[in-house]
Amino acid sequence: MSIKIENFTIHEAARLLEEKKISSTELCKAYIERAKKLEPKVKAFLKLDEEDVLSQAKASDDRRAENRKLGQFDGIPLAVKDNITVKGQTCTCASKILQKVVSPYDATVIRKLKANGFVLFGRTNMDEFAMGSSCENSAYQKTANPWNINCVPGGSSGGSAASVSAAEVTAALGSDTGGSIRQPASFCGVVGFKPTYGRISRYGLIAFASSLDQIGPITRDVEDAAILTDVMCGRDSRDATSLPDTNEIFSEDLGGLKDLKGIRIGLPKECFEIEGLDAGVRKSMEKSIQVFKDLGAEMVQVSLPHSKYAVATYYVIATAEASANLARFDGIRYGNRMKADDLLETYLETRGAGFGDEVKRRIILGTFVLSSGYYDAYYTKGQKVRTLIRRDFQDAYRKCDVILTPVSPTTAFKFGEKSDPLQMYLADIFTISTNLAGICGISVPADIHENGLPVGIQLLGPDMGEKQLLRISHIFEKNRAIKEFIPGI
Amino acid sequence: MSKYDIVIGLEVHVQARTNSKMFCSCPNKFGQEPNTMVCPVCMGFPGVMPYPNREAVMKTVMAGLMCGCEIAKFSKFDRKSYFYPDMPKNYQITQYDLPLCGRGGVHIFGKGFSGNDLPDKVIGITRIHLEEDVGKLNHFSGYSGIDYNRAGVPLMEIVSEPDMCSADEAYAYLTALKQIMQYADISDCDMEKGQMRCDVNISLKLAGAKEFGTKIEIKNLNSFRSAHRSIEHEIVRQAEILDNGGRLMQETRGWTDERGETYLLRSKENAHDYRYFPEPDLLPMTFTDSEIGKIKNTLPELPEQKRARFVATLGLTEYDAQVLTQDKTLSDYFDEGAKQAKSPKMLANWIITELLRELNDRNIPFEKNPVPVGHLVELVELVSAGTITGKSAKEVFSELFSGGKTPKQIVAEKGLLQISDDSAIDKFVVLSIEQNPAQVKQYKEGKTTVIQFFVGQVMKLSKGKANPQIVNKLLKEKLDQM
Amino acid sequence: MEKRIIDVKYVAALARLELDSEKEERLQKEMETILNYVDTLSELDVSNIEPTAHAVQMTNVLRDDVSEPPFQREEMLSNAPETVGGELIKVPAVIPGEEEN
Ligand SMILES: [Mg+2]
Ligand SMILES: [Zn+2]
Repeated sequence: MSIKIENFTIHEAARLLEEKKISSTELCKAYIERAKKLEPKVKAFLKLDEEDVLSQAKASDDRRAENRKLGQFDGIPLAVKDNITVKGQTCTCASKILQKVVSPYDATVIRKLKANGFVLFGRTNMDEFAMGSSCENSAYQKTANPWNINCVPGGSSGGSAASVSAAEVTAALGSDTGGSIRQPASFCGVVGFKPTYGRISRYGLIAFASSLDQIGPITRDVEDAAILTDVMCGRDSRDATSLPDTNEIFSEDLGGLKDLKGIRIGLPKECFEIEGLDAGVRKSMEKSIQVFKDLGAEMVQVSLPHSKYAVATYYVIATAEASANLARFDGIRYGNRMKADDLLETYLETRGAGFGDEVKRRIILGTFVLSSGYYDAYYTKGQKVRTLIRRDFQDAYRKCDVILTPVSPTTAFKFGEKSDPLQMYLADIFTISTNLAGICGISVPADIHENGLPVGIQLLGPDMGEKQLLRISHIFEKNRAIKEFIPGI
Repeated sequence: MSKYDIVIGLEVHVQARTNSKMFCSCPNKFGQEPNTMVCPVCMGFPGVMPYPNREAVMKTVMAGLMCGCEIAKFSKFDRKSYFYPDMPKNYQITQYDLPLCGRGGVHIFGKGFSGNDLPDKVIGITRIHLEEDVGKLNHFSGYSGIDYNRAGVPLMEIVSEPDMCSADEAYAYLTALKQIMQYADISDCDMEKGQMRCDVNISLKLAGAKEFGTKIEIKNLNSFRSAHRSIEHEIVRQAEILDNGGRLMQETRGWTDERGETYLLRSKENAHDYRYFPEPDLLPMTFTDSEIGKIKNTLPELPEQKRARFVATLGLTEYDAQVLTQDKTLSDYFDEGAKQAKSPKMLANWIITELLRELNDRNIPFEKNPVPVGHLVELVELVSAGTITGKSAKEVFSELFSGGKTPKQIVAEKGLLQISDDSAIDKFVVLSIEQNPAQVKQYKEGKTTVIQFFVGQVMKLSKGKANPQIVNKLLKEKLDQM
Repeated sequence: MEKRIIDVKYVAALARLELDSEKEERLQKEMETILNYVDTLSELDVSNIEPTAHAVQMTNVLRDDVSEPPFQREEMLSNAPETVGGELIKVPAVIPGEEEN
């Protein structure tokens, strides 16, 4: 049968597979054909092995035929950001330093997805080591925004967002350290969900900043985000920071809310005072607020007084952790090793040649803030401000159920437009404090800007507040003015 | 009175004996083929995460309690950054400002390694923290090779106060620590297997001066003996420099056993900037008073407590007790035997004079001692009941070493039962008198000590089985009647 | 010349990053800008605030001491740039005795 692949979801695919109206092979072939057509322009994938995908699809079809399918999502293709390990595959983090390193193990999320029969559909491009907001920092290629190929897809999970937006795959995995799922999702008109820190095991996610990183789904709709979170979340005996299991099923009764009566939506007053908040983005925010009001939600003003310090705090904490996390990439045990006269030179040359500029910038910043004589002034201070940022949220959630903000001050920008690193950092102002606080947040497409690019809204829930956050996001999605976000590519 | 005061502090690394490594499930096993006890976690592969071993944490807390340390209510792991190929992540997971164990101390006393008496004193412990061991480097000409089997083995770092003043005190402190670790089953402390390693900090200052001298570190000493030797060497070396008006620089030195010398490894200018910060992959550890109390209740007797008990309740001398508690296996052996023995003191004598000597002669470590304690107790009982003579007992003891048979079986097989029957002994007595008229004459002339000669003759004739008291009595009777 | 906050050359050496002089110069400027921005944090008085290291408030997350079979050596060494007979990972000569504990 022919399917409307441009807007196809996991839950629709699951239904059609169940009704035997489609096979996994047909589904995967359709995506491969589309990817073949679009990839020369989008360049979302670092690796897409047609043969491997089709053999996984065939295995899934065989399981279904023999009545041993691995759950209702068996056979549905999913792209994986290239910083999550899959046994037997390279996992480059879009860095030259990991170009040929084959992972000897599966990340916990990959193990779970495999156990549920998902077809692993290629590896998506990203900013090198997830450091960036535009995907321009990949050592291999620049991914384009399917809505306008002169624009960036956002980052760091830009390849994942672009691949889903362009419907080269049903859904994708991303990782979010300071907005790396939500911002590209917003730029590409798809849903991006960062669960509460610790909900999904980080084991197998190549760390950028361990206390901030979280894996999450990038999908066409909220329901798919809930489905993938259900599959991936849970306590992991390999991640000591993973949270205990709750018995919630996020995808169950997701559309249960008929309206938002009794729901309080917090609007941080600081959000609208941000310098550089694009007028169109502001307008889309206002339209979205109206949608919530029409649904009966109570809009309350909240304050996040320390949010203006979030970017500075983030760049201290994230880079400090990154400087240690990336120390292991030295060409000793794995990876490219530069020939040099002695051990010290080997380290210097290997790391000097293996890392891109942004990665070096952050390693240097992180090394500096931890170095003798500066630790207290920068790192300890950053951790203390982090406490204040967490408290801001705790205070705010006494007054509201979820918080509504823009995702980014602008829509997707043009390649090369933000050449100043600090300007690039400052654009993460709305997403970054979520990671510092550890709470959950989602980016949902809300509007189309007059420049033709999508605009998302961000909804933030408290710690472990996924269930309600997803239900509120879902009802918003059903009631927003624009029903479908399909790029013209 | 020496011109200089010597100030010594030790940093001792002890591997905790566990089934698995500190942060992964690889076996904690020594002596395997290189790089066969490894996994992505302990080799620092991209994406892996550490997951701490409860047993290693508990053993560190126990070590702390055994050393009288305060246990932290709140403790955490930190990263220590340093590029080196034996460290798979180029940072070590260790503990910086909040170690598991705070201040404590270890008692030293008795005779020192050089034979002089030690002052009776407590060497302060600054802290004990838990970290991961690094891999092992093998050096070849022109390159090195790394084996990561040891990487990730749980390692306790025990830092002492600068409370020691001599190589003997340092040696005694190391011995005391090793005993404690073995007693509490925390580590085997086999230095040959690298389970215990030691760094020395040493400085000299003019006698009585308030200010400390320049601290010099000697790294990677892998036996108590080399720790002792290197300290003696450093004292002389540093004193010579100071005597000649020279200045010492803060530095790290290595030790060569062959040359018996320390050598410069790196100077202060090359000091590291370790960039410690809290390990974000690991959550803190907390302990309540009642949890600490519970662990306290499971602690074994300290070597010192055991010594006191041996003296007070088993009638041993201080010396006996010290010898028998030196080694945990030995003290357990004696403890077990003392429960069965009528006279623990006699058992102690047998262990110290016979068993330990025999093991030493044959170069057998006590762990490989082939004599079950029940057998030794039985032998001691046979002697004290007069069933065999002391002379026969020594013969039986040698047999016990070849293993298997009980003393009673050996006695029966060899016919070593003591002869206490007057008429049987009388025959030997008569024979000995008949064969030695010259000595009889001496006796008659008043040289009564010659009776010992006759005892020897009778023992010879009876193949050592005659009861010596009866022999004495009968000889005296016979000779006096003549 | 104004006082520099950071010495990029020193920090890059600590981080084992080879930088050519042009890159070093550029990074020096960029770092100054970024650190000046980070200094906005000094507006805040945080003297009585506890630092937050983790977003998760659990403690004592420990595992049982159970060993599992390790990985095959061949697999664990297959990514190594060089080995010594397939048994050790080969590296440029390391000065004996400089090992850290
Ligand atoms: Mg240490
Ligand atoms: Zn391991």
